[in-house]
Amino acid sequence: MSSVETMLPKKTHFIGRILLQLFLAIVAIIQIYPLIWLMFFSLKDNSEIFSGDVAGFPKKFLWSNYAKALEDGNVLTYFNNSVLVTAASIILVLILSSMTGYAITRMNWKLSNTTMTVILLGMMVPIHAALLPLFMVLKNLHLLNTYWSLIIPYVAFGIPMAVFILGSFFKGIPREMEESAVIDGCGIYKTFFHIILPLIRPAIATVAIFTFLSCWNELMFAVTFINDAHYQTLTVGMMSMVGTYITQWGIIGAGLMITTVPTIAIYLLLNKQVQKSMIAGAVKG
Amino acid sequence: MNSVFSNKTAIAIFVLPTLLIFCSIVLIPIFVSSYYSVLDWNGVGKGTFIGLENYVDMFTDSRALHSIRNSLLFAAASIFIQLPLSLLLALILASTVKGEGFYRTVYFIPVLISTVVIAQLWSKIYNADYGLLNTLLENIGLSEWAQDWLGQKKTALVASFIPTLWQYIGYHMLLMYAGAKSISQDIFEAAKIDGASRVRTAFTITIPLMKPILKVCLVFSVIGAFKVFDLVYVLTGGGPLFATEVPSTLMYTTIFNTYKYGYGSAISVFIILECLIVTVLINKFFKTE
Repeated sequence: MSSVETMLPKKTHFIGRILLQLFLAIVAIIQIYPLIWLMFFSLKDNSEIFSGDVAGFPKKFLWSNYAKALEDGNVLTYFNNSVLVTAASIILVLILSSMTGYAITRMNWKLSNTTMTVILLGMMVPIHAALLPLFMVLKNLHLLNTYWSLIIPYVAFGIPMAVFILGSFFKGIPREMEESAVIDGCGIYKTFFHIILPLIRPAIATVAIFTFLSCWNELMFAVTFINDAHYQTLTVGMMSMVGTYITQWGIIGAGLMITTVPTIAIYLLLNKQVQKSMIAGAVKG
Repeated sequence: MNSVFSNKTAIAIFVLPTLLIFCSIVLIPIFVSSYYSVLDWNGVGKGTFIGLENYVDMFTDSRALHSIRNSLLFAAASIFIQLPLSLLLALILASTVKGEGFYRTVYFIPVLISTVVIAQLWSKIYNADYGLLNTLLENIGLSEWAQDWLGQKKTALVASFIPTLWQYIGYHMLLMYAGAKSISQDIFEAAKIDGASRVRTAFTITIPLMKPILKVCLVFSVIGAFKVFDLVYVLTGGGPLFATEVPSTLMYTTIFNTYKYGYGSAISVFIILECLIVTVLINKFFKTE
């Protein structure tokens, strides 16, 4: 322990530690209580919420709020749409970015560095820049109100970060791995798909998590390109649901919980990996 | 051997689809936006070229200037409130306290949650009649403080900052924590032997060595403030009476509610430039330091 502590009397040291823990615990409550509160009121009915006990533990669990949100509130449709759009985006980002990242970092061609620079520039581009031009293009191609109107932009904007992360993993693989594969008679495709890809599984997980979070939570494209409730994803669906059930907090809360639970579940299962992904996404030089 | 790794067909198959989708969706639209921004255009037919008039309008329109002012205030709040708090938490957690992993996990949870959920949740917290905040104030005997936080001009702006500051504290904390943890333990050992206190060690050793990650956090939080959309759009829609409007919500309503495509594009180009300039400036600042 540091020397402040050794110089101070034991008692102050002890009190200091208690205060530190107290501070950390208060911050933890501030960060987590709103979510616990959301869980509480998603299980309450209006009379309980509006009778002044908005904060406390629900008297009895009103799971019917969830059933109402899923069926009457359309949340099941929104949920399925989000799953579909997110899954398709993750798969496409992984396929495209791993191939490109590999070709840029491990194969020999003149423009490889230029290509990397151009793609990495994309990390700087805010999606605001593309909103109206994309809207016009999608409109002219009659793709508004389809899943593609979200999947294509999500993939395109997911590519730069993915190529960056995957590329830096490819760089770390020893040359001998590929050389021995080629000597054994593998062509480039077999080398890539059978030998190299399995080696970068951690990076694939990182990219998948990162892409999941950005697609699942995206709002601006989703609210602009889709106004047919049949194709809306959860973020936009939540907004229309709040409009419909304006005073029924329990049902709104249930919808918000359904939106949040998959993310939290993934986080609780893979919490180290998720934290790593977010760090990898930030530390790009 | 070399022929395998310079297989032109394979390179084309690996690279071209990505480049095609990337260029057409990410790169080209920037130029298209810039082109739209010099037009007077409502989306129907062809626009008329008006030069930089949209930009002149933006810098003379009090509503646009107000939205820019809001985003600058937001950036300032991120720099002077959010980042120091994140840094404090990161330093505490990195100095091996009990429950390090638990706190890190908990602080980070809000980062993962959709901003739409965060915004709906906070609109319930701020609710004038049944909200968590007013209930809390009444319970601790401060009922005269209870008010319609989002409904009135004087409180709405600050109230709309707080959820984002709250949400991303854990994000910056995690990045800074990773930065602090990557510093070699030997340096801390040496400092301890020299009799440096914890606080002194933090200011003279840890923080200076964390510069690269602090730079990243600074860039992210300022750019995040300039780009903020989801939260404001859901929480207040820019209201009441434009009090919480930021450039991106103004851009959105300009384009999709009033169909001024040219003017809206000028705002979007302004946002891109603003982000670019601030990134360059922060990088310069950290280099000369």
